[in-house]
Amino acid sequence: MFLEFFKILRLHGLKISFDEWLVLMDALDRGLAGNSLMEFYYLCRNILIKTEADYDKFDMAFAEYFKGIESVDEIPDELKEWLSHGELERMLEDMPEWAKELDLDTLRQMFRERLQEQTEKHDGGNYWVGTGGTSPFGHGGYNPAGIRVGGQGRHQSAIQIAGERNFRDFRQDNELDTRQFQMAFRKLRQFSSRVDAAKTELDIDATIDATCDNAGLLKLVYEKPRKNTVKLLLLMDSDGSMRAYSRLCSQLFQAVNQSNHLKDLKIYYFHNCIYDYLYTDPYIIDGRWTETEWVLKNLGSDYKVIIVGDAAMSSYELTARGGNINWYAWNNEPGMDWLKRFKRSYHKVIWLNPIKESRWTHAWGARTIQMIREVFPMYELTLDGLDKGIHKLLTN
Amino acid sequence: MKKFRGSSDYVASSELMNAVNVAIALEKPLLIKGEPGTGKTMLAQSIADALEMPLIIWSIKSTTKAQEGLYMYDTVQRLYDSQFGEGDVSDIKKYIKLGKLGEAFTSDEQAVLLIDEIDKADLEFPNDLLWELDKMEFYINETKEMIHTKHRPIVIITSNAEKELPDAFLRRCIFHYIEFPTDDKMREIIKVHYGNVDEKLVNEALRAFYDIRSMRDIQKKPSTSELLDWIQALQIAGCDVNTIAKEIPYMGVLLKKNQDIDTARAYTFRR
Repeated sequence: MFLEFFKILRLHGLKISFDEWLVLMDALDRGLAGNSLMEFYYLCRNILIKTEADYDKFDMAFAEYFKGIESVDEIPDELKEWLSHGELERMLEDMPEWAKELDLDTLRQMFRERLQEQTEKHDGGNYWVGTGGTSPFGHGGYNPAGIRVGGQGRHQSAIQIAGERNFRDFRQDNELDTRQFQMAFRKLRQFSSRVDAAKTELDIDATIDATCDNAGLLKLVYEKPRKNTVKLLLLMDSDGSMRAYSRLCSQLFQAVNQSNHLKDLKIYYFHNCIYDYLYTDPYIIDGRWTETEWVLKNLGSDYKVIIVGDAAMSSYELTARGGNINWYAWNNEPGMDWLKRFKRSYHKVIWLNPIKESRWTHAWGARTIQMIREVFPMYELTLDGLDKGIHKLLTN
Repeated sequence: MKKFRGSSDYVASSELMNAVNVAIALEKPLLIKGEPGTGKTMLAQSIADALEMPLIIWSIKSTTKAQEGLYMYDTVQRLYDSQFGEGDVSDIKKYIKLGKLGEAFTSDEQAVLLIDEIDKADLEFPNDLLWELDKMEFYINETKEMIHTKHRPIVIITSNAEKELPDAFLRRCIFHYIEFPTDDKMREIIKVHYGNVDEKLVNEALRAFYDIRSMRDIQKKPSTSELLDWIQALQIAGCDVNTIAKEIPYMGVLLKKNQDIDTARAYTFRR
């Protein structure tokens, strides 16, 4: 059953269930892999892998298991049998010794010479450029190392394709695009029917009651549909050291902005730390701001708060009066006190940090990162981090 | 067994054809994901055409419930009818209307069922369909009737990855991710749609198209359908082929957001 492959797949962190594995076995028994490793590769991927985020891991596992494929003997017997299920044009062993070890330069040289020699069409041989043979040149044939000339690669390309790792970009631990962020934000929901909305859904129970009360004459009762009740307050660090992460933050911003399932969304900006004023746009211009006090008073404690910032600054910006990096905006209370007021005012606050978690302890600003982590739960700004953070926002 | 080999107006990669045939052979739903405009929805149409089967489309909206796909029991109509003494109220069957899934199950010939954009629905939606898609049968409570399939439909499900689908559901599907067409594939697609277009025009248009797609700040990347519209516009207008990549005429066909148009302009001027 070449269970070894199954084990390797699982070792690469692919959560493949035994059910799916059995489906694959079933498919192989029916000869769905055709007669090529390439089709086998796609068959495995179609059945076992259910998200493009895992394609890369699958490619790596596949390459690891089948790397030694050049030495034909190592293909597990069952697999060989499966691959030869269809109308195999050549048996895999049916290959001359000399064809095994040729490096690319020699091959190219030979190819050039062969082309000059050849004057007519050849198919099925072991020397000329043609189809279905074991010559290193041509297509549709089998040679472990060879130059494909047009046509379909039959045996080789699965390893090559797996080796190319075309799906690296889809890995979950990568930075993400807007859509993925959006997907994460969709999880931010708590349903309730206690919202202001038109009564559009038929309430069967109440209708029956009302109809009975109405002496059996039909009376329809409608109720409000259930709606998301989550309100979000987003505070973003802008400018300064955050410029390096501007693209990431703008994607997050767009994702939040497009999340139309939230009941309410408020976005404010700050520079390094929160003080007396919160800016209304990311350009951080004095005067275009709202008093932080007003925000704390007017946005109820049911708002969930996400603060985005690198939390890296000089420690006096957190601890000192007048520590505000903006000279003209003198703060009477140190930044830390403002942060703690947010903590007191809102039940659910998380801090998203674009700096990778592994660097929090020794990045520039490690000290202030540590100080802020003591106040708010901090997560890195990746899909995984955002997922965890949103989970935190929703649970008690 | 019937095999899908693409149809005259749809260019399918060999991987995609493989996936379709595997799904048909294993009698499992095929889940298709991919960027918008990679022809996910078209695929079902193409399979139906190629295999000469009727196509039943169930478009999912954010308010769609799983039950709607099976059947609807029109209680209100029945109540009204009983009130005014119209029709035979005791015949419950009259008030049961099959949904798209029910339609596909009871179809006299094998059908292709497209469940379009399944991720639009509520998070729990796919889970509610597990049994029905697995066993291809469901029970009508009101009439105590079991609906079985006469012919197992070929089920194609598309998703835009707006929501993650539940694991239990995924385990039962065959999955394929359609990659964005490469340059070569795109030429094939253009050929299928417009026949032989002036090669120079296609070259220039594709160059501009992939250029725009690779710009970092573009928010909504142009997709295949937009490219096709654009090429048509270029053909009709008879633009000077040499200026296409430089000036990008009719940019509004490719890019739908003002912001993106500005970005693209800025890029092309810099060149």
